[in-house]
Amino acid sequence: MAQCVTERLVASLSGVDAGYGTRQILHGIDFTVHRGQVVAIMGGSGSGKTTLLRLMTGQLRPWSGAVEVLGVRLEQASEAQRYALRRRIGMLFQFGALFTDLDVFENVAFPLREHTRLPEPLIRDLVLLKLEAVGLRGAARLRTSELSGGMARRVALARAIALDPELILYDEPFAGLDPISLATIGTLIRRLNDALGAASVVVTHDVVESLALVDYVYFVSRGRIVAHGTPDEIRNASDPYVRQFVRGEIDGPAPFHYPAPPLAEALMEGQ
Amino acid sequence: MIEAVARLGRATIDAVVQLGLAARFVIALLHHSGMTFRRLPLLIRDLYFAGVLSILIIVVSGAFVGLVLGLQGYDTLQRFGSETALGGVVALSLLRELGPVVAALLFASRAGSAMTAEIGLMKATEQLDAMDVMAVNPIARVIAPKFWAGVIAMPLLAAIFSAVGILGGWFIGVVVIGVDHGTFWSQMQNAVDFEEDVRNGVVKSLIFGVIVTWIAVFQGWSCTPTAEGVSRAITKTVVFGALAVLAADFVLTAFLFIGR
Amino acid sequence: MERKSWDVWVGLFVLLGMAALFFLAFEVSSAATSRIDGETIRVVAYFDNIGGLKVKAPVKSAGVLVGRVTAIRLDPKNYRAEVTMELSKRIPFPKDSSASILTAGLLGEQYVGIEAGADLENLQDGDRIVLTQSAVVLEKLIGQFLVNKAAE
Repeated sequence: MAQCVTERLVASLSGVDAGYGTRQILHGIDFTVHRGQVVAIMGGSGSGKTTLLRLMTGQLRPWSGAVEVLGVRLEQASEAQRYALRRRIGMLFQFGALFTDLDVFENVAFPLREHTRLPEPLIRDLVLLKLEAVGLRGAARLRTSELSGGMARRVALARAIALDPELILYDEPFAGLDPISLATIGTLIRRLNDALGAASVVVTHDVVESLALVDYVYFVSRGRIVAHGTPDEIRNASDPYVRQFVRGEIDGPAPFHYPAPPLAEALMEGQ
Repeated sequence: MIEAVARLGRATIDAVVQLGLAARFVIALLHHSGMTFRRLPLLIRDLYFAGVLSILIIVVSGAFVGLVLGLQGYDTLQRFGSETALGGVVALSLLRELGPVVAALLFASRAGSAMTAEIGLMKATEQLDAMDVMAVNPIARVIAPKFWAGVIAMPLLAAIFSAVGILGGWFIGVVVIGVDHGTFWSQMQNAVDFEEDVRNGVVKSLIFGVIVTWIAVFQGWSCTPTAEGVSRAITKTVVFGALAVLAADFVLTAFLFIGR
Repeated sequence: MERKSWDVWVGLFVLLGMAALFFLAFEVSSAATSRIDGETIRVVAYFDNIGGLKVKAPVKSAGVLVGRVTAIRLDPKNYRAEVTMELSKRIPFPKDSSASILTAGLLGEQYVGIEAGADLENLQDGDRIVLTQSAVVLEKLIGQFLVNKAAE
């Protein structure tokens, strides 16, 4: 796994500040992904992980710093350039984000129909191949409402890789899945990344599953990268926040209590 | 006191901001309308949902409005001994006001709310984001076809409403009450002017179609992406749609009918 | 499969809408019957008083539509109303025809009635109808009636 690091740079953020409106979410982010790598971005809810993904797809412009994805400088890219870039990126959304008015087959066929002029038989073959890759060829004609959470996630994955992307982004791919589906998705992330020779970025707070799967981990807390390293380095990290997160302790740098005046004071107020 | 003034100020600023966003949205929408007319299946799908699925409610409501107009019109006119004018009264009421306005109100609550719901749901479940990330502009692919479907469907629905209503008035007047068929019809033709009444009615319904559909797609597009946000957006579509139609009706009537 | 049935339904919907529009245009309004077909000539007539005559009012002869009023203005020289109307070329009227402003029914809309004269020459484009009779104004009629009564 380690030799992958030397290969081609797929995405890099350096010194990036970003946010929505006037609210700053990310502070001075430095981040790189190389070809062949599966990189995890971990951190608690609301720490800015998803914002990082939105920077890489060009849905959000950084306030300052440089974002380069597949050779495109996103902070100065035009809309046409951003759309051209997105054809080379696949993204799996948290709950799949399948189109509810299309069936499984048409969902996977969607990017092919929108971006290529392939003849119908070829589209059919490609869709069935992608569905085969996620083990759901038999479900091609099901409606999306008939799918379980794990199946929906796999169909969405098939759709995300329909155009053989060079970079695959995963937004909380494990959220709300049963252990079997969770293991299936984890295996698929690794296998598809290696089969396509792509790079993958997985945003997650699922520690055990992702540490077993990825090559490199970034820890995000309150919009800053607080630690990064290989899974082994992270397991033995000295940073108290990372230790708390990896071991799942209740109290620590991320406090159990929402900031409040002392309890005794609050109780006295009532009298 | 100061608090109340401040709240009024905030509400005004919010309203202006919303209007600005809606204006920018409609410009983006028009800019990305090319795909709608290059890929007709998209337009046809939305015409089915906006137009075909509204036919039933339009026909039934139009029939009832026409029947009531027949009864009320006759009742009022016969006091002045001019029940022969029934055809003109029914046709003019429908063509100039009731057809465009009532059809637009029904359209807002039937098709407009469905559009808002569909777009809002797609937003809440990240389908619009997913489309955007797949390099497919959601405004061009989802919003614009709905908008144009609404604009095309509305005048047709209003015309169907008026036509059915007139037949309803004819049924009450001629078949039930016994006004002479020929009198009813020729009196109506004398009273109704093609340009002033029929064409202006169609112009009205076209403008209502733009207004209602614009509100519907904008509310869906800008809703808070949660279940609660979507339901609030649907309510807004119906309320704002109805208010905007009635206000626009006043302005249009002043310009189209009285202004000359 | 689904797409096919949408096509059919939308086609039917558009047909139904078009049919309704045609119904409104040609059955409900009199777009077809009230139009003056073919070529027209333009003639003017001066009236002392036009009453409630409006632009687009019908011009009839023996009760049959033969034209439309196209313009009404006050002649600043003699303070009479100048009414311009278009008459169908297919029905030529003699030069000495007369125009009068009449009312449909007791309180109905006003129109121009033309009574054919006996001249051998016909009205041409731009001609003037010399013989005119003004509108009957109800107030004047009542006033006259009262004066007559008082004189008795």
